[in-house]
Amino acid sequence: MKICYYPGCTLKNHAKNFEDSTICALNTIGVEVEELSRWNCCGTVFSLTTDDLIHHIAPIRNLIRVKEANYDKVMTVCAMCYNTLKRANERIKSDPESMDILNNFMDREEVQYDGDVQVFHLLEFLKDEIGFENLAKKVVKPLKKLKIASYYGCLLVRPKEIGLDDMENPTILEDLMETLGGKPVDFPYKTECCGAYQTVDRPDIIADRTNRILTSAKDRGAEMVVVSCPLCAFNLDQRQKHTVEKYPEFKHIPVLYFTQALAMALGCPEETLRFDLNFIDPKPILKERGLI
Amino acid sequence: MRINLSRKKIRNSFVDKVQELSGQNLLACYQCGKCSAGCPAVDEMDILPNQIIRFAQLGLKEELLASKAIWICASCLTCNARCPKGINIAEVIEALRQILLRNRKDHLKVEKLSDKEKEDIPPIALICSMRKFTS
Repeated sequence: MKICYYPGCTLKNHAKNFEDSTICALNTIGVEVEELSRWNCCGTVFSLTTDDLIHHIAPIRNLIRVKEANYDKVMTVCAMCYNTLKRANERIKSDPESMDILNNFMDREEVQYDGDVQVFHLLEFLKDEIGFENLAKKVVKPLKKLKIASYYGCLLVRPKEIGLDDMENPTILEDLMETLGGKPVDFPYKTECCGAYQTVDRPDIIADRTNRILTSAKDRGAEMVVVSCPLCAFNLDQRQKHTVEKYPEFKHIPVLYFTQALAMALGCPEETLRFDLNFIDPKPILKERGLI
Repeated sequence: MRINLSRKKIRNSFVDKVQELSGQNLLACYQCGKCSAGCPAVDEMDILPNQIIRFAQLGLKEELLASKAIWICASCLTCNARCPKGINIAEVIEALRQILLRNRKDHLKVEKLSDKEKEDIPPIALICSMRKFTS
């Protein structure tokens, strides 16, 4: 099986561990990944004002690239890219007038876009196309009951028509972690916003959120947290440095991309897991369990 | 806080503008407060999400456009998910930000970020912040 892949900007630099672990995991289960030969930033956020069509151009252009590569579906792993691409697509599909305006604006594109590309997330692919029961058979290094809290943040689950699971109580990540042999830890802040882009000029707000979210996960017994968004990862992992400055009693906890846990369980070599890019080093706990 | 209401303010074009940009019917709100109860950002807000809707219904343009709250909202959409009347509160707040941004009132001063900050902060955060906070 071969799938078309849209990486998004951050997977090429700060979140290279997200990309490398994704590709190794998919290759290990026999899925070939073809990255779009040409793509641009999705815009990161979906424009919420009714008349702001210009900002839907970036995501829609990427969907045109998918059609040019002869695919009708595209996979994303970044929660923000997933949300922005899918929502822009739904937005113009439901409004033929704006679709015409966009197509007219992009008059140098050879493909007229009509909303027919499907955007899906790796989690949906693993659950619906591969099946967690089949994935379980490919696990060579079960996660040995490692206690894992799954953090969804906002954009995997909201709004309802875009989200890939229940808005208030999603479980897809927990189900995946269980499939990999981990022990999911439920906690009340799994869909609470990490503060997102406030990290640029208000890292103090992020310290509050990170403290609240991670302390809750730790109090429930979590030994690590998994995420699917490079911005959540930055706020919950790198910003632990600011968190401990503001809250000296805060205790560090490793934050991984869910694909790092997946690739590890599927037996991918350590160099594809790229733990060097995780700020709080997960290696001590993984070594203790004999996982690396 | 002292607030002056008048028929003129309520019938101001500002109310229409907010409704048009957000695509929301402000009068649908019956002030249950569920949006503010679930909002993770209320600690930092001077006007809470349910109050933002009330102020917008009443045409309180100056108060809304001068508030800190509209820049604290990160569009996490929890309020939208929980509104029993189906109002997209985050869209209303975006409309308020847009009214300022379309008049070149940028909130983020990109030039004030140090090189170190620009290097450490991932592109996903910088682009988001510029998209939401600059014109």
